[in-house]
Amino acid sequence: MQDASKDNTLDGPGNLPEFTVSEISQAVKHTVESSFEHVRVRGEVSRPTRAGSGHLYLTLKDESAVLDAVCWRGAAQRLSVQPEEGMEVIATGKLTTYPGRSKYQMVIEHIELAGEGALLKLLEDRRKRLAAEGLFDAERKRELPFLPRVIGVVTSPTGAVIRDILHRLGERFPVHVLVWPVLVQGEAAKAQVTAAIEGFNALPESGGLLPRPDLLIVARGGGSLEDLWTFNEEEVVRAAAASDIPLISAIGHETDTTLIDFASDKRAPTPTAAAEMAVPVRADLVARIAEDTGRLAHAMARRLTEAAAAVAGMARGLGDPVARIEQEQQRLDFAASMAGSRLTARLDRLRDRIDRRLPTPNEILTRTHGRLETVVRGLRLTSIERALSEGARDIDRLAVTGEQAVSRWLTGVEDHLKGLQRVLDANSFERVLDRGFVLVRDAEGVPVMSAAAATDGQAVSLRFRDGERAAVIGEGGTPAPRKKPAAKPKADTPSQETLF
Amino acid sequence: MTDSGTTDTTAVEDLSFEDALKELERIVEGLERGQGALDDAIAAYERGALLKKHCQKKLEEARLKVEKIKLDEAGQPAGTTELDG
Repeated sequence: MQDASKDNTLDGPGNLPEFTVSEISQAVKHTVESSFEHVRVRGEVSRPTRAGSGHLYLTLKDESAVLDAVCWRGAAQRLSVQPEEGMEVIATGKLTTYPGRSKYQMVIEHIELAGEGALLKLLEDRRKRLAAEGLFDAERKRELPFLPRVIGVVTSPTGAVIRDILHRLGERFPVHVLVWPVLVQGEAAKAQVTAAIEGFNALPESGGLLPRPDLLIVARGGGSLEDLWTFNEEEVVRAAAASDIPLISAIGHETDTTLIDFASDKRAPTPTAAAEMAVPVRADLVARIAEDTGRLAHAMARRLTEAAAAVAGMARGLGDPVARIEQEQQRLDFAASMAGSRLTARLDRLRDRIDRRLPTPNEILTRTHGRLETVVRGLRLTSIERALSEGARDIDRLAVTGEQAVSRWLTGVEDHLKGLQRVLDANSFERVLDRGFVLVRDAEGVPVMSAAAATDGQAVSLRFRDGERAAVIGEGGTPAPRKKPAAKPKADTPSQETLF
Repeated sequence: MTDSGTTDTTAVEDLSFEDALKELERIVEGLERGQGALDDAIAAYERGALLKKHCQKKLEEARLKVEKIKLDEAGQPAGTTELDG
C-alpha cells in the first residue's frame, strides 16, 4: 500500500480517476446496498437503546466483529421479540452506509431468536425467577365468582377470539361484558395489556364511569412462540399476578403455555373454555331452582300432614273427658271408704310382728355370755404351759454346753501359743550364740554371709554371746588357733542361713 | 331451622344469586330432615319462597350486554361504544 501511494505520488495524477469524498462515499453506499439488500445476520445483541424518536439502536456482535444496527420506529413496533442484552438473535434486513460518519450499519426489519431452544431457555429462566418471588404461589390464587355480574375482557376487539368468548357467554349465561381493546402482538402490546389489567383494577367499586368487573379474561388466539411473547413479558405477568379481580388467562391453544398462565387465577386452554369457566349454564340453574322449589313445597306439605296426624293421634289418646273424670271420682270414693278399716288391720299386724321378733338387750347379753364360756373351756391351755417349761429347760442346757465349749477352746489356744513361744525362743539368734556361734558383720553392720563376700583385710565385727569384738579377714584355711571361733561362723555361714 | 344457618336478618334482596341459592338449598335440606318446631318450618318455608323468587328474578334479568371501552389520549377509559362501532 505504501508502494502504491508512493507510485501515485511519483506518477502524479496519472490515469487513475479522482473522486470527491462524497462521490466515493456514494459509490461505496451503492455497492453495499445493492450487494446486501436482504440479509440474515446472526449475532449477540449488545447495548439495545430506544431513542425518544421510537427508533431502536443496537449492536450485533460475535467473537471478532461488531455490526451497528438500527430498527426504525415502525419496524420496532412490529417486532415480536424485543431484543435484550446478550440475546442471541437472527436479524433480517439490509446493509446501508452513513456517509456523514464514514460508517455502515444494518437496518433491521425483523428479529427472531436464534433457535427455539434459546427462546425456551429465556422463558424458563424468567419463569424460575418469577416463581422464586412467589408470584405463582397457590395461596395467591383467588376463587372465581360463581356468577359474575360484569366481565372485563382484555383482548383484540376484532377477530375470532372476542367472538368466541361472547358467543359462548351468550349460550351459557348472558352477562355484561366490557372489552378493553389492546394489541396482542408487537412492541406496543405489552404496555397495552398491562395498562388494561391495571385499568380494570383501578375502576371504583361503584359510582364510576364504568362498572367494575368482578372477573377478568385476558385472551389471545393461537400463534407461534414469538407471536405469544407479549404474555411472557414480565410486566404483563406481574400485572396479572397483582390483579385484585380474579383473572382467567386464555392464550393460544391448549398446548401453548405462557407465563401469564402461571400468574393467573385460572388458566383456560382456549378463549371458549375461558367463557365456560367464567359463567354457569343458566338453563341448569333454572332447572336447579325449579327442583329446589318442588322439594321445598313437598317437604313443607309433608311436615303439615305429619303435624295434622300427630294432633289427631293425641286427640284420640285423650278420650271423653267427662267419662274419665267420673271414673276417677268413683275410684276416689271407694278408696276413701276402704281406708279406715285397712289401716287398723295393718297396724295390728305390725305390732304383732314387733312383739314376736325383737329380743330384749338382756336376752342378747345372756346368750352371748354363755357362748363365750363354751369357747374358753374349749381352749387347751395345759399343753401350751407344758411346751413353755420344756423350752426353758432346753435353753438352760444349751447355755451350759456353750460355756464349756468356749473355755475348752480358749485352753487349746493358750497351749498352742506356749508351744509357739518355745519354738521362737529356741530359734532366736541369741540362743545360737549361746551355743558358740558368732555373727560376722561388716563396717555397715550388714551380716557377712559367705566367704566370697569377704575380702582380705576387710574389717568386720564379731558378735559373741557376751559382746562384740573387731576383727580383720585374712586368708582362709589356716587361722591362728585362737581365732578359730571367729573363722568358724564364717565357714558355717551357709549352715547358719539354713538354721534360720 | 336455626341450626341450618338461615340468616333471617339479611334482606333477600341484598343477597347475591349464589348466596340466595345456597340458602334456599339449606332450607330445603332442613325441611326434608323434618327437624325443629312447626312454626320454624313455616317461617323457613316462607323465606325459601322469597329466595326462590329472588333467584328466578336474577336469572330472568340476565342479558348479554357488550361494550367496548373508549380510551382517551392518555390511555384512560373515557366511555364505551358498541363493539362493532
